[in-house]
Amino acid sequence: MDMIRDTAFETALIEIISQGLPLVKQPYAAVAEQLGCSETEVLAGIQRIMMRGDLKRFGIVVRHRQLGYRANGMVVWDIPDERVSEVGHCIGQYSFVTLCYQRPRRLPDWHYNLFSMIHGQDRDAVTAQAEFIVEQCGLHDIEHSILFSKRCFKQRGARYRAKQPSDSNAARRGITANG
Amino acid sequence: MRQFSRLEQRLLNEFQQGMPLTSNPYADIARQLGVYETTVLETLQRLQTEGVISRVGAVFRPNRVGASTLAAMAVPEAELEAAADIVNQFDEVNHNYEREHHYNLWFVVVASDEERLQDVLLEIEASCGYPVLDLPLLNEFFIDLGFDLKWT
Repeated sequence: MDMIRDTAFETALIEIISQGLPLVKQPYAAVAEQLGCSETEVLAGIQRIMMRGDLKRFGIVVRHRQLGYRANGMVVWDIPDERVSEVGHCIGQYSFVTLCYQRPRRLPDWHYNLFSMIHGQDRDAVTAQAEFIVEQCGLHDIEHSILFSKRCFKQRGARYRAKQPSDSNAARRGITANG
Repeated sequence: MRQFSRLEQRLLNEFQQGMPLTSNPYADIARQLGVYETTVLETLQRLQTEGVISRVGAVFRPNRVGASTLAAMAVPEAELEAAADIVNQFDEVNHNYEREHHYNLWFVVVASDEERLQDVLLEIEASCGYPVLDLPLLNEFFIDLGFDLKWT
């Protein structure tokens, strides 16, 4: 049972489930074999990580571009600090918004402090959705900019530690074609 | 975009979260969809080969595990691909996109801790020769339930 409390075990487990489960009938047993523990310990470990609220979700991770959502706009807003929370919650409620984060300004180079991500079938759809947000959240006096994505140079699950030689199989499995 | 079967549509839309924590999770999914376990596995394998899905796995909240940031660089167009290659070489970088803006290269860096994160940003700055904007998350206003795909 010591292993369950072992942070190295948890880090390795986090890395594997982040990179993706093997597509086999008993994926948790396969992960257990890789980690040298039991399937029960793998399942308990994942449950523990979930209980802490560290996961956003656990399931199929889709690539929007391949599903016809060709336009991706990162819409950035310059919101007065005292309104960030109110506006953030307003923007975050819409199903077409996939992220809504406050980030620091870096003056004078960068003055936007609220970031929202919109996926749409084309640029016009994304622009229309940004306008909808302006109307619904009362942002007519707020400066915003839409940064459309062009080339994707890399897209994969996160790694949480430097790669070690013994990780090479897991690491290779995690690398997939750019979306 | 190719047409997706009804099974593919349901898999893609209904299983972006809630992966069963059981010995045979794909059999559980198959039961919910009224198909065979092997059909689910074969369909997922095909979707992954086609690049429609990236993986079946976990998406973590930022900064719950390790340290992460969104970083941006303004790179002259002619040097952009070379700069992107340098950025991609870092194992800590998991997303790297070109965007239409003066700041045209945007990448996410996830490291084991804050110190390593700052080292990576400094190394990228030194290797590319352009300053990096470090824009870590301060507040999150969204609960990610996956993306609602509209089939047309």
